[in-house]
Amino acid sequence: MGNGTSIGKVRGLGSAHQGPHHWLLQRFTAIGNLVLMLFLLASFIFLPDLSYTTLREWFARPLPATAVALLVVSVFWHARLGLQVMLEDYVDNSGNRFALIALLNLAAVAGIGIGLFSIASMAFGGAA
Amino acid sequence: MADRPLSPHLTIWKWGPHMLTSILHRVTGDGMALVGLAVLLWWLGALASGPEAYATFVSVMTSWFGYIVLVGLTWAFFTHMMSGLRHFVLDIGAGYELDTNKTWATLSPVIAILLTAGFWALILLS
Repeated sequence: MGNGTSIGKVRGLGSAHQGPHHWLLQRFTAIGNLVLMLFLLASFIFLPDLSYTTLREWFARPLPATAVALLVVSVFWHARLGLQVMLEDYVDNSGNRFALIALLNLAAVAGIGIGLFSIASMAFGGAA
Repeated sequence: MADRPLSPHLTIWKWGPHMLTSILHRVTGDGMALVGLAVLLWWLGALASGPEAYATFVSVMTSWFGYIVLVGLTWAFFTHMMSGLRHFVLDIGAGYELDTNKTWATLSPVIAILLTAGFWALILLS
């Protein structure tokens, strides 16, 4: 390709064929977030109060524990995809961009782990 | 890329509601990702840890600063939800007519503010 223009180089490389997957996952997780966040917010309204005892009893039930666990996975993955787009748009240096996206992946997976462990300990632990 | 002219960008366009809704979608989304998920994990972790940890969480979240964070997060959620629903419509290729596009770009953030107010009214008054 020699020393062609930037757009010429991009055309020469062609598509990375990774865009549609990212785009679709952003939408699939968006649907998950929509359903599960509305469930969580409706629960906040319909629960008698948001005290420790009430919420521990709530998390000991299978449907709320499963729904919030699924929410944690869906919302963290959606956030990971969205923050990746922000980094790709605003971080010019490719080395910094790679490092930040690697860090983002670690943080997202760690967040899912912490969230799921907390919910599992409430659902199965019983020691309220 | 030294001194080549750039294509017209942010500075030359007259602001319209679709531009506001677009940047609000990014700001609320990235804001919730950075602040909201931390609050979510703190909430779950404090609940799982025991009554003392949850009492600390509640005392912070029911301070004036905590309410600003929580109301801000619910506003961000409903704003992101409304502009996200608008994205779903645009994704199927609908809603690009100038007047339709402008109408929903304007209504989305307004409906989001009404939903935020309605949610907090139900939380605080019920």
